[in-house]
Amino acid sequence: MQIPYTVHPRPDTGLFNAKLGVWLFLASEVMLFGALFSSYVLLREGALTWPHGYEILNIPLATLNTVVLISSSITMVMAWASLKLNDFAKYKRYIGSTVLLGFGFLIIKSFEYGAKFSHGIGPGDSTFLAIYFTLTGLHGLHVIGGMIVNGYLWGPGSKMWQSDPERLTNRIEVAGLYWHFVDLVWIFLFPVLYLL
Amino acid sequence: MSEHHTAEDIKKHVRVYINVFVALMALTIITVGISYLHLSVVPAIILALVVATIKGSLVASYFMHLISEKKMIFAALILTGIFFIVLMALPVLYYGDRFY
Repeated sequence: MQIPYTVHPRPDTGLFNAKLGVWLFLASEVMLFGALFSSYVLLREGALTWPHGYEILNIPLATLNTVVLISSSITMVMAWASLKLNDFAKYKRYIGSTVLLGFGFLIIKSFEYGAKFSHGIGPGDSTFLAIYFTLTGLHGLHVIGGMIVNGYLWGPGSKMWQSDPERLTNRIEVAGLYWHFVDLVWIFLFPVLYLL
Repeated sequence: MSEHHTAEDIKKHVRVYINVFVALMALTIITVGISYLHLSVVPAIILALVVATIKGSLVASYFMHLISEKKMIFAALILTGIFFIVLMALPVLYYGDRFY
């Protein structure tokens, strides 16, 4: 049986099915990260003292990571635009760049984590560090998940361009929705954990 | 976003994406700049969240195409927004009850 409405919008929703599905998934993701942000507020309000993130964490590295992730968002949306313009070669370059930028984000993050661990600092050392490692760790897992999907769409998944180009374009759009959400979460994580 | 675009439409979108990218970079510099002012906690939190919300809105509106999205998605997002507000209000209500 063929999956319905992968290309054309469903008449009642006006959307192709994957797009509605991914938006509903993202709604659940808002609640997942929302629960942790809410926990952060609860823990911070309840603590007698709370360190400034900039006293403990590496602001230049985190700023660089913000630049890297925002750059990966524009390459992702440009990958989708390239398919819409029937330029498959450009699509490959943009989606490949998105994966590489995601990889760059993780390498920079690993430098940050490595610096902490090498000084014997871990999530068990303070409430601040516990919520820092939980939030950034969960976000990092989301980056890895997005890279796996984008890597597939760069490699074997891109063969769909020959058989069903509109469906591939829609796949890139919904993969992009997820990737931009990961960027959006970081946009809030960065000031909350590092700068306040 | 509507599924039917002409090449000219997409080229217009691309120009918008580049402008949004430049705005996001500028707002990142502003975010970091504000932190160096070492403001007291409340104005620092308000300013940081205002800038982050502007950045988040740009990503959601243009990169995620929410600015031209269908009603069904907004219905789901409004519901999510309500639950999110409740979630964020929980710690406030907890400490409000405890201290006042």
